[in-house]
Amino acid sequence: MKAFQFERSSSPAGAAAAALAQPQTKFIAGGTNLLDLMKLEVETPSRLIDVTRMGLDTIDAAPNGGLRIGAMVRNADLAADARVRKDYAVLSRALLSGASGQLRNKATTGGNLLQRTRCYYFYDTSKPCNKRTPGAGCSALQGYNRMHAVVGASEQCIATHPSDMAVAMRLLDAQVETVLPSGSKRVIPIADLHRLPGTTPHIETSLQPGEFITAVTLPAPLAGRHIYRKVRDRASYAFAVISVAAVIDAPGAVVRQVRLAFGGLAHKPWRVPEAEALLVGTTLQPPGAVYSASRAGPVEAAADAVLKGAQGRGHNDFKLPLLRRTLHAVLTST
Amino acid sequence: MTTSAPAALNTTWPVSRRGLVRLGANVGAGLAASQVMNLNAQPAKIPAATDAVMAPVLMPIRLKVNGKSHALTVDTRTTVLDTLRENLNLKGSKKGCDHGQCGACTVLIDGRRTNSCLTLAVMHEGQDITTIEGLSNGDALHPMQDAFLNHDGFQCGYCTPGQICSSVGMLNEVRMGMPSHVTRDLTATAANTAANTASLTDEEIRERMSGNLCRCSAYPNIVAAIRDVAGVKTVASAFAVPTGEGVTS
Repeated sequence: MKAFQFERSSSPAGAAAAALAQPQTKFIAGGTNLLDLMKLEVETPSRLIDVTRMGLDTIDAAPNGGLRIGAMVRNADLAADARVRKDYAVLSRALLSGASGQLRNKATTGGNLLQRTRCYYFYDTSKPCNKRTPGAGCSALQGYNRMHAVVGASEQCIATHPSDMAVAMRLLDAQVETVLPSGSKRVIPIADLHRLPGTTPHIETSLQPGEFITAVTLPAPLAGRHIYRKVRDRASYAFAVISVAAVIDAPGAVVRQVRLAFGGLAHKPWRVPEAEALLVGTTLQPPGAVYSASRAGPVEAAADAVLKGAQGRGHNDFKLPLLRRTLHAVLTST
Repeated sequence: MTTSAPAALNTTWPVSRRGLVRLGANVGAGLAASQVMNLNAQPAKIPAATDAVMAPVLMPIRLKVNGKSHALTVDTRTTVLDTLRENLNLKGSKKGCDHGQCGACTVLIDGRRTNSCLTLAVMHEGQDITTIEGLSNGDALHPMQDAFLNHDGFQCGYCTPGQICSSVGMLNEVRMGMPSHVTRDLTATAANTAANTASLTDEEIRERMSGNLCRCSAYPNIVAAIRDVAGVKTVASAFAVPTGEGVTS
């Protein structure tokens, strides 16, 4: 690990201004991803600003009927909050499916949103990576790309966003509150926080230099069954190969409203409103209905919409049929 | 001597082994001096001033470990784990992967289980750190330590301090009603009650302990030890035949 200066900040605006004044500064909260990357010298900040001692660690009722989650709220506490468990179960489920008990005790809401991809080549400084070194090339394109993106990727980067929490927040249309170095505040819809890689995969969010996340606000609760289905290589403590977040409001099996968001597919939490619209008004198959790839129905049409333009890169080709089957499983679960 | 040597061999830019062999062969074959000069014209990789390695930054801190306060000066890079092991000579917490993947370094910070390898010492001033050494009271073992011994919850023992600290923290989480990935009904247990641990299933224990790996695979006995401390009435213990031990006639 490279040496760095260490400072504490007592205010979000102060932290943002300090970070802008000295490039190569990183904020540190839980540090579970940042320190991992610093040990590997994937991240080499010359200064860390500890932002854990400025409050921002409560969950409060929001004027819109929703919840305002402080950026420093730990993942374990957010998942266990009685209001989240009751009204935003999809978020609780997503959080509980991620990482380990120890890491959830440490990782924060703001940090979880900003965690970096787990692409093997991003982590391996002996291999070219456009995220680490713009213009160096992408090793995953021709390499072992089993975990990689099938939609929204580019010839410069096929990494996926690793967060489960962010997928549920995308489904819930969360709003990300920030403070700029000038001290002014802004609100970013979570759909606009993460970017697709395009030709600049090293720029992962729409945050400006120094801009600091203070809270995430959830809108009023969504009626319906809340589901987070995560497909992974072991039963616990593994990143998603594919995940499906769903809130299904279907009295009598007829879909009145449905929301879907997907993890493991793209460089950002993936949501396709067209796929949701295709399901509204349709009748869901009974619980436990067997999947049939040849069955042309609304679920297949919705999967087609989700996978529009999808491209496997070899090792991750299996994600296309897996997504269809997982969506079927979610929509026929009890 | 220096002036007569092929100029290219004096450069500091990285030359691959294959390139070096080829260069040597070419020089040996009487390569035209102009071509050597051409190779030499590639930009030399000289460390720029901005690449200069920053000197280690030292910071005084006060850490409270196992109820005792310590004044230390540490490099800002030092993790809690390295501070415990290298500065405070508390070698119970183990370094397995050093990346938060194995759980061998698990300690309790303000009662919450934490990977001590993935957090900086300078971030924990004023907090209570409890390590495996702090769980026992002298020779009186913590109930979880006793249970690991009674159930043979280890083989080589390297992961054991982390397993024990993690399971103590985990049972606190259960007592507080915190759910897990395998909890069927998220709204069922919110109250802080000891009854929560008594109803813990093996499935719950396994899921909640997934951040602690055991390469000897002592998992069945680890689960049994935790079940014991949690107060779970197992089929075996519920139907156990009293041995009469401790009964006075």
